[in-house]
Amino acid sequence: MLVITVSPFLWQLSTSLKSLQEDIYTGTPSFWPERPTLSNYAEVAETIPVWSYAVNSLIVAAIVVAGNAAGATLAGFALAKLRFRGVKLLLGLFLATLVLPAEVTIISQYVTVRSLGLADTLLGVALPGAIGMLNVLLMRTAFQAIPPEMDEAAIIDGATAWQRLRHVGLPNVRGMLSVVTIFAFIGAWDDFLWPLIVLTDPDNYTLTVGLQYLNGTFSANPRLIAAGTMISFLPIVIVFAVLQRFFFKGVEEGAIKG
Amino acid sequence: MTHHRWFTPWVLVAPAAVWLFVFSVWPAINTVVLAFTNAKPLGGGHFTGLANFERALSDAQLVDALVNSIVFMLVCLPLLTMLPLLIAILVEKKLPGITFFRTAFYTPVVASAVVVALIWGWLLDDRGLINGLAQGLGVVTTPVPFLTERWLLLFSAISLTVWKGLGYYMIIYLSALGNVRRELHEAAAVDGAGPVRRFWSVTVPGVRNTMLLVSVLVSVSALRVFSELYVLSNGTGGPGGRDMSLVMLIQLYGRGFTGHLGYASALSLLLLVVTLGPMLALLRLNRKAA
Repeated sequence: MLVITVSPFLWQLSTSLKSLQEDIYTGTPSFWPERPTLSNYAEVAETIPVWSYAVNSLIVAAIVVAGNAAGATLAGFALAKLRFRGVKLLLGLFLATLVLPAEVTIISQYVTVRSLGLADTLLGVALPGAIGMLNVLLMRTAFQAIPPEMDEAAIIDGATAWQRLRHVGLPNVRGMLSVVTIFAFIGAWDDFLWPLIVLTDPDNYTLTVGLQYLNGTFSANPRLIAAGTMISFLPIVIVFAVLQRFFFKGVEEGAIKG
Repeated sequence: MTHHRWFTPWVLVAPAAVWLFVFSVWPAINTVVLAFTNAKPLGGGHFTGLANFERALSDAQLVDALVNSIVFMLVCLPLLTMLPLLIAILVEKKLPGITFFRTAFYTPVVASAVVVALIWGWLLDDRGLINGLAQGLGVVTTPVPFLTERWLLLFSAISLTVWKGLGYYMIIYLSALGNVRRELHEAAAVDGAGPVRRFWSVTVPGVRNTMLLVSVLVSVSALRVFSELYVLSNGTGGPGGRDMSLVMLIQLYGRGFTGHLGYASALSLLLLVVTLGPMLALLRLNRKAA
């Protein structure tokens, strides 16, 4: 089973390290490159500005992660722990958005972004996803799991809402917060359809759109495409491998309940 | 009794509420409005009644796209509801190195669909690994046209969707399996039930609700397929554009300066109707069970 999951990635890595002299179209393929070389990585950077695409993806992901960490936490706390008029209506609207697939509104989303003057900009790519409705609801669930007695104790001690969020809330929602931020990063880094719609100038592309551009426009050499996919794939795998402890722990704490 | 100033909750909730209205509620309303107009990026936007929907009725490419989406869903549904459950049962046992296995299965999930499709595009290429091996071993004499024949391309996209989805649904099943009571398994084992019998009589009823949830998630995401087909077909939608999905059509019509925003919005509404099907089916099944 593991072979099925991992081997396609390894084959791509192997292809990306094979030199131009090595025949990659053969009936007896060899997994180990004869003379491993990094020249494909240098060459892909000459074909498309792959490093600036990586920076673009990183900028988008950073905005999305920061926006969700802040926006979803604040709103989740207010919806779970503070009483105010209209909270039920607001909650209902947040829930209602969940049955609406993103692709259904993607065209009018583009109309909105364009009328804000953000067509063909990275901010236009990042902005709509900067506070995810699902993330608000996930953070609300996490805050709700905190026993009310802890809040009452803080209130009796004269804590303000802000102090309750900082000293009672945040320490108890770290698991969910890590799930939300990891998912936000992965989602932004991997997204394809939305940046494909928003971005028109090849200079502004993110990595995913840039890779398809490479594949569609300069499709000659599989070694180059392999090198490009590895540039997109390796960072996300490293980020995930480093953070997977927090991720699976957060999931077990109840991020996804059946 | 409240212990905070009246505006405090609103200050905290304001950013999310602004996003809710600007990037969810308003685009939803605007999609409905645009669907009844001939809007284009530059000009247009006049009310045209049902013209977009009439056009959809006679759109041959749309019929292909709907057929593709439904085939996609019908093949993914059993595979992605059952396979991840079986893997989750295998992975659930507390073995040494389990973290490694879990992460390995999750790797295709964290990879972008574009990356996965490019990798599989190379594997399935006329001169790629799979055709190379098959020819080398003498299984076939000419390359199998995985990416250039209508149905083969569709099934290639389905295979990579299944491959990419295994880990995601496995994680959902893992948290559900933790709630199936161990005593039930032990009691069934004492009564002489073998592993297969225990799977159908203890595990499946125990995770029944999760299976329903997974089957809806699988169906809806199959109906929303885009990147896999787009990248495998290099943006062309396959031979004669017959491998388009519904979302590919929306993208095709909605994008760029010559886009038909009105028609793309009408197709978006159609997508919403189609995806509501599995969700309503779940509600019905749940009610029957209750």
